Amino acid sequence: MSNVPADLKYTEEHEWVRTEADGTVTVGITDHAQETLGDIVFLELPAVGKAITVGDAIGVVESVKAASDIYSPVSGEIVAVNEALVDTPDAVNQDAYASWLFKVKLGASASLDKLLDADGYQKLVG
Amino acid sequence: MTELKHTPLNATHRALNARMVDFGGWDMPVNYGSQIDEHQAVRGDAGMFDVSHMCVVDFTGARARAFFEYAIANNVGKLQTPGRALYSCLLNEHGGVIDDLIVYFFSDDFFRVVVNAGTAEKDIAWFNRLNAEHGFGLAITPRRDFAIVAVQGPNARAKVWQVLPSARDATEPLKPFNAAQVSVPPYGDLTIARTGYTGEDGFEIIVPAAQVAPFWQALQAAGVRPCGLGARDTLRLEAGMNLYGQDMDEEVSPLDAGLAWTVDLASDRPFVGRDALERDGARQDFVGLILQKENGKAGGVLRAHQKVRTPHGEGEITSGTFSPSMQESIAFARVPKGVRVGDIVQVQIRDKALPASVVKLPFVRNGKVLAA
Repeated sequence: MSNVPADLKYTEEHEWVRTEADGTVTVGITDHAQETLGDIVFLELPAVGKAITVGDAIGVVESVKAASDIYSPVSGEIVAVNEALVDTPDAVNQDAYASWLFKVKLGASASLDKLLDADGYQKLVG
Repeated sequence: MTELKHTPLNATHRALNARMVDFGGWDMPVNYGSQIDEHQAVRGDAGMFDVSHMCVVDFTGARARAFFEYAIANNVGKLQTPGRALYSCLLNEHGGVIDDLIVYFFSDDFFRVVVNAGTAEKDIAWFNRLNAEHGFGLAITPRRDFAIVAVQGPNARAKVWQVLPSARDATEPLKPFNAAQVSVPPYGDLTIARTGYTGEDGFEIIVPAAQVAPFWQALQAAGVRPCGLGARDTLRLEAGMNLYGQDMDEEVSPLDAGLAWTVDLASDRPFVGRDALERDGARQDFVGLILQKENGKAGGVLRAHQKVRTPHGEGEITSGTFSPSMQESIAFARVPKGVRVGDIVQVQIRDKALPASVVKLPFVRNGKVLAA
């Protein structure tokens, strides 16, 4: 069974979202996602400064098996990306919740209300 | 939704916590943890695959050889000593590939074929049709009472002999593409073939379905690592081996799929599809691609259906993946004639055109990287 930490929010596209003390949010893919994808060999992350809207395809995770889009879970601006992870994409398989992909400064009208809580996500992945 | 089919090892895979997927209607293990670790086990030691979804079909009757001379594209004349195996395409009248298969010759009135899972029913219907229309009078019997385990890797044969010591004398002299039938208690009557789909040494072993679970467990106790279909795909791609339904199908000629070496146009034997192949000839080339790195980094992973731009026109990737042995992205592509080994072509990956070098297949054989 996948690991679903209680303190994170989740999307139906299998991303996790953590709200930081400064109000930015950190985004990664879930343990269930890494398990489904298998060995991850390539990451394409958005550029710092990019304006994003909920649902945009803004990056790619490729495993040995398949390519999968990363969708923007929130609206706002990319303020940081985990460049180190691009060189060691298999770190996502080791610990999906330590392997953040990017950080977003939320837009004025952005809301986290549509995201799933841990219980909701656990139900989704069964 | 129809229920997925199970091999006799299904409960064994589940007990090993395999990740199961729907593979052409079969509930099959894609990996037991890490696909890359399983891949490396086969390249460096020994791994095993449940390939019981593939179907054994037995052909008995006095005109069995004549049947295969007519039905398959490779040279059946090579099958002279008992146990000899031959890889071949099964073609339709248009020269398209109905399936690829291995045919084993045991005696002039007994041949055994192993066909792909997804095509088994279609193949059997086709065999029955040829048999009836041309009066070969064969008995054609699908053998779902058998399971098949592929044990592959540099140490695979030695580990099989650990489990089947009494089979060693009969199977140690086997050259590649030869098989022996051996009875080994408690597993029963086995067909042990020195064949595989990984580019490594090893055996493919046909086992009575009721005995395959203890056989698998004994192999595992001997240090053979269970491997899923994920590793099987990266291994076969590195080894330059085609996958039916992806690299060729009923719309593709074997001459355009890198399989000209399996088509016997040298003899004057008439076989199904021959006229079409001779009329059309080879229209495209089938090559290997390696994605070029820029500043030490690849810009993605080559995948089936990506477009390939060349100075001679557009081609298409038929299979692509990340190669664990090479740590590069590799692919097979069907490209216009004129593309040469050493050329650089452009592959469209999402919104980018990325350079890839054209190489000769295979990429890897017996643990060694050949293409660069």
